[in-house]
Order: sequence, then structure tokens, then C-alpha cells
Amino acid sequence: MKYLIFVIALFFGMPQAAFAAGGSDLDLDEANIDLADKASLRKGAKLFVDYCLNCHSANLMRYSRIGQDLDMTNEEVIAELLSAGGKIGDTMEIVMQPKDAAQWFGIAPPDLSVLMRVRGEDWVYSYLRAFYRDESRPWGVNNSVFKDVAMPHALWELQGLQEAVVETHIDKDGHERKTVTGFKLVESGSLSPEAYDNAVRDLVNFMAYVSEPSKMQRLALGKWVLGFLFIFLILAYLLKKEYWKDIR
Amino acid sequence: MSNRLSDSILSLRDWMDARFPLTKLWEDNLTKYYAPKNFNFWYYFGSLALLVLVIQVVTGIFLTMNYKPTAETAFASVEYIMRDVNWGWLIRYLHSTGASFFFIVIYLHMFRAMLYGSYRGPRELLWLIGMGLFVVLMAEAFMGYLLPWGQMSFWGAQVIISLFGAIPYIGEDLALWIRGDYVVADATLNRFFAFHVIAAPLVLIGLVVLHIVALRSVGSNNPDGIEIKKNKGPDGVPLDGIPFHPYHTVKDLVAMAVFLIIFAAVVFYAPEMGGYALEKDNFTPANPLKTPEHIAPVWYFTPFYAILRAVPDKFIGVLAMGAAIGVLFLLPWLDRSPVKSIRQRGMVFKTALTVFVVSFISLAYLGTVAATPIATLFSRIFSILYFAFFLLMPIYSRWDKTKPVPERVTSK
Repeated sequence: MKYLIFVIALFFGMPQAAFAAGGSDLDLDEANIDLADKASLRKGAKLFVDYCLNCHSANLMRYSRIGQDLDMTNEEVIAELLSAGGKIGDTMEIVMQPKDAAQWFGIAPPDLSVLMRVRGEDWVYSYLRAFYRDESRPWGVNNSVFKDVAMPHALWELQGLQEAVVETHIDKDGHERKTVTGFKLVESGSLSPEAYDNAVRDLVNFMAYVSEPSKMQRLALGKWVLGFLFIFLILAYLLKKEYWKDIR
Repeated sequence: MSNRLSDSILSLRDWMDARFPLTKLWEDNLTKYYAPKNFNFWYYFGSLALLVLVIQVVTGIFLTMNYKPTAETAFASVEYIMRDVNWGWLIRYLHSTGASFFFIVIYLHMFRAMLYGSYRGPRELLWLIGMGLFVVLMAEAFMGYLLPWGQMSFWGAQVIISLFGAIPYIGEDLALWIRGDYVVADATLNRFFAFHVIAAPLVLIGLVVLHIVALRSVGSNNPDGIEIKKNKGPDGVPLDGIPFHPYHTVKDLVAMAVFLIIFAAVVFYAPEMGGYALEKDNFTPANPLKTPEHIAPVWYFTPFYAILRAVPDKFIGVLAMGAAIGVLFLLPWLDRSPVKSIRQRGMVFKTALTVFVVSFISLAYLGTVAATPIATLFSRIFSILYFAFFLLMPIYSRWDKTKPVPERVTSK
């Protein structure tokens, strides 16, 4: 018996000890999104349609579904999200052809339907706030989260333009290394820095929702399923006890 | 009224029994199949495996109704299931989580056999059928993982199929024959779909039937490793046996409830299992032109993948990986101990089994990380220990000091 306890401890203890060693070298800011905040999702949807949906598609997401989940009527969806035309049952497609886009940007902008599940919300939140002026890049901006990214600063008119605070240090091999440690706003946009952070948070919130529209439904249903199973467990246990009375 | 009802049910049963061995099947497999009364925690995983199989088959049928197996449409159709199909997200998560839990359950089921020597005579065939099931299950999981057509689906399949290319002379042609194209492509996806939804499940279910038939014939082993059929009462019933139904069925029902609670907790609150069940990169559609930085198979294959990478030569690595699975088939003949159960074995076997468990889990971890020099070194050490456990077994299992086997089963 002692051996069994030891082996079980080994089974559950070892992977944790081993996996704890991993870690990321990027310092990301926390997005702190709230999928239950429908006002934020709605603001995010508007930003997404206005600023992202010209170059990026979200081919797998239907407008009608957004309306259902964000408590919007079809008329509201059409007015707020489909002002450029299209039907309520459409998916979030764009006119730009990937082939053309690849020529203009060097690479076709990825579809954003499930992007959040690849990158994670903290990454996107940090990324959208990390554009800085760099005249050597084709669009005049670089990004400290995604170095030499092909994307222009699409939210420029909201944030304004910032410059990177760069620190130079010598690494252990004697090479000079530059790291971006912070930003300084040199040209203000239409939003204050706090308002911009909040706008990006809304946008990230919406993108997280688009990546898994059923998530809130999943979390809500989970409680009921687990509750049912616990009651089932109690009944099953009592049944077992009753039958096993016969067994010495 | 109720008398007339029960009379008509009984006469229906008699009518059936005259034409089909209904009562006989029921009794032989359940009410008059006598299983040891001292089953412990480790004996739940057989019936749990059956439960997971049912979950996979049922959810699989519903997924097939909306999944579209072409390179153009596969990725989008999975997301269509996740979004536009009623309860599609639940069915898909049950299926993807079920795959991981199938392996958790099967690995624990196999470990039980190692703890109590369940593979020893007269259960060698039972073990071999079970190993066949394990191999088919791995094929089933591997082919199923290609179907979402994400980056990891594509490149995982690309890497594993290219391993066949390492076989001298016929390798490249063999890999081409498996893929149906020069790279993993639409043709590969189509045939993997066919194998995943019909060929492999048919074999799997057939083998499960054989596994249960063999088990019913030889009877279950138990934590004491003794044959309960050696001590029969005057009525021919083993003294330490109890009818499988209702006693073990109600006991297994409790285990199923506990299992489903854990299973549901994952399905509803962590269906990605921290990126181990649904890998992040698999949410990017397959792109044959862009190799991901880090390709790792799903967690349940990583112990064998680590062994593959531990060997510098590709072909010998493939052989080593095959041997790591193949050597398990030989277990009944490698074990020369006079006793079956760990309860009567000495420190030598206990130490060896511990080394094996540590090696297996470490290899599983090492298979998920990038092949740095230090990871490769550890992979080599644990690969050697993995094989040493099996290959030295004929020596140490005989040499080990054992305790006497009890006459009757013990309660604890």
C-alpha cells in the first residue's frame, strides 16, 4: 500500500515539478478582459469593424451570432457593424484579396477568427500598445512585442505616436544589445493614454470573444453539469454501500 | 395487472432464449461471472476505458455530420462546429478531451497490469490483445489529430510519416504511399479521415470484444495475484469471487461518477488542458510553406517521441521507438518471478518499476520540449533506463526476494 501511495504521488508530483521550469522571455502586460462585460464587447466590436476589418477578416464569425451574444437587435448590428453593407447572416469577410495583400504588405494579414487562441489576450493587448516610431521600417513604425512586424500602426489616430525608450547593455558574449524598456508619447492621438488602454482592452475583449463565442455558455453550463454529477456520485455511492453490505 | 405484465415479460424472455442465448450471455458475462472481491483503485480503468470509448464513438458520429474532410474546408468546418452547430462546441470538446483521457485511462490500466502481474499466465493472450488495442488506439489518435488541419496537425503528421522514409531502400516510396502525395496534403487528409472514422474504430471495437471474451474465460487477476478459481465452494463458485453484476457494476458506477466529474471539469473549464490537449499552434490553419519553430506531438505520444529523438541516427531512432512499444508485447515472457503481484515482490522489482515510472514520465516531458543538448542527454539516460527495465527483467525478476503467496485474497 505504501508503494502505491508513493507511485501515485510520483504520477501527480513529477510533471508539475518538471513543467514549472518553463517560462516566457517576453514581459507582457495583463489585458484583464471580462467576457461578461457586454458594453465593453460592444465597444470592441465597433473598434474591430472600424480599424481591423479592412485588412483582417474574421471569416468564421457571423454577424448574427454577435448580435445574439451581445444582446443587440439585428437593426443595431446592421447600423453599428454593417454600415459598409452586407447581410446579417454573413461572416466577417473582407474585400481585399490575400494575393493583393501579400503584395502590399509583404505578407497577407492573418484571419483573426481564432487568433486569440494562438497568441493569448495579454500578448495582443501588449502588442497593440507597443508600436513606436522607427523610420527604417516601411510603415515608419516598429513593435517591441513583435519585432519588425509587417503591420502598420492601425490605431495610430487613437493612440498617437510614441517613441521607444531604448536601453543598451552588453551581454555576456560582449555584444551590444538594445532593449525597449518603455515608451514616450511624442504626438498625441484622439484618446488619452488611459482611454487608449481601455479601448485596446475592449478590442482585445471582443477578439477573445470571437475566438471562442461559446465560452460564456460553456462556463455557465459547467456548474450545472458538475452539480448533477456530484448528486449522481452520492446516489451511486449509497447504492454501492447498500449492495456491498452482503460482502464480508 | 402487474402480474400480467411481468408474466408477459417473462414469456418474451423465454421466447428469446429459445432462439438466442440471451439469459446465458447475461449470466456468463455479468450475474454469474465471478470476479475477485478485493479489487482496488487500479481495477477501475478497464470499465472507464469502455466508457471513454463510448463517449468517443458517440461524439465522433455527431462530429462527422458536420466535419468536411478536405484541405480547403477542414479547419473552417471544425470552427463551424464550434460556432454554428447547436452544442457543437460541447461535442467537439468532449471528443478532444476524450482523446487525452483515453490515454490517461489506458496508461493507468496498463500500469495496473504491471503492478499485479496481470499479463502473466494464463493471461498472456489477454495482454497481447490489449497491446494490440493500444497500438490501434495510437493509430486512431494519430490520424484523428490530422483532421482539424491546423499547423500542429499538419506538421506533426509530416514529421511522423517522414519517419517511414528513414527505412532503407523502400522508405521514401513507403512514405509516399502512406501520404498519397509528396507532402501531407488533401489526399492524406481524406484517407486519414476514412481510417479514423471507420477502419480503426472497427478494429478497435472488434479487439475490445476479444479482450473481454478472453478476460471472461481466464477470469480477472487481483491485487494479491492469486487465482481465485483454485478455491471453489461446493457450488463451484470461487470462494473469493462475487458476481460481477450487481457488485462490481455498482462499484464501477461510483468510479465512473468520479471520472466524469474530473472529465467534465476539464471539458467545461480547461478544454485546452493548458495547451497539451489542444495545442495553441493548432488554431493556425495548416500552412505547408511555414514550418513552426517547435513541433511536438500531443502529450500521449511524447515518451516514444523522446526515445526517437534520443538516438542520433534517424533509422535506428525509428527502430528504437518501435522497440519501445514492441518490448511491451514481450512482458509476459520477460517476467520470470515466481510471484505475480507487487505485494509479494521484493525491493529489486519495486525499485525497477519506480525507475520505469520515473523514466516514462520524464520522457513524456522531454518529448514536449525543444531538443537542447541537456534535454537530449536526459532523454538518452531515461531511454536506456526504459529499456533496461524490460531487458534486464528476466534476470532481476528471478533474483528478487519474494514473499509467500497467500491462499486466499486479503482485504487490504
